[in-house]
Amino acid sequence: MEIKVLGPGCAKCKKTEELVMQVVSEAKIAASVEKVSDLMQIAGYGVFGTPAVIVNGEVKCVGKIPTKQEILNWIKS
Amino acid sequence: MSESSCGSNGQIMILPCSGGSNVGQLSNKAAVELTKEGFGKMFCLAGIGAHLGGFVKSAQDIPTLIAIDGCSVGCAKTILEHAQIPVKNHLVITDLGIEKNKDLNLKESEINDVKQGVKKIYAKEVASKLPPPNIMGVGCCCSGKC
Repeated sequence: MEIKVLGPGCAKCKKTEELVMQVVSEAKIAASVEKVSDLMQIAGYGVFGTPAVIVNGEVKCVGKIPTKQEILNWIKS
Repeated sequence: MSESSCGSNGQIMILPCSGGSNVGQLSNKAAVELTKEGFGKMFCLAGIGAHLGGFVKSAQDIPTLIAIDGCSVGCAKTILEHAQIPVKNHLVITDLGIEKNKDLNLKESEINDVKQGVKKIYAKEVASKLPPPNIMGVGCCCSGKC
């Protein structure tokens, strides 16, 4: 599984990355988590704002910090 | 290409139809100017029409979205509906009394009318979210909890 957290590096983006790492670790799921902070790369995903989370190429959330339950649902579905 | 900024929660997404008539281009010009003025942020309707994931999800998740259609054909509204994006705030420029034609030399006064129309729609949305006034007719700061 490939998870990308998009964000230039503000507190919300860092919190989102932290939560994603936590959920992946707690759920014991084999996943690579990549933080994308390059603005041009972020723009390439077509998101209106950050943080944004992408799971296996699918944009799951934009412009807000997801809950742990939401992240768990994305990686388990 | 969309410009990303951290935390889009407080932002207004503006989606003009950008069609090939005076009113279509008025929607585009007004969206550009409102973005430059900091009122909101213009976003790519074409990306939503193409059902590209990032564009669709962004429009679904944004708290405030304003669609601007030049005429009653309603291309912007229809594109959003096809992508399962609810359209709560919708301006049709011909409803402002501006006649549709093929003259792409836009009038400054009409651009301003469209911008005012968008701002009025936003003001209505903000007003609809305010708590009802209390018995004295004056709202307090409890957000409806008292």
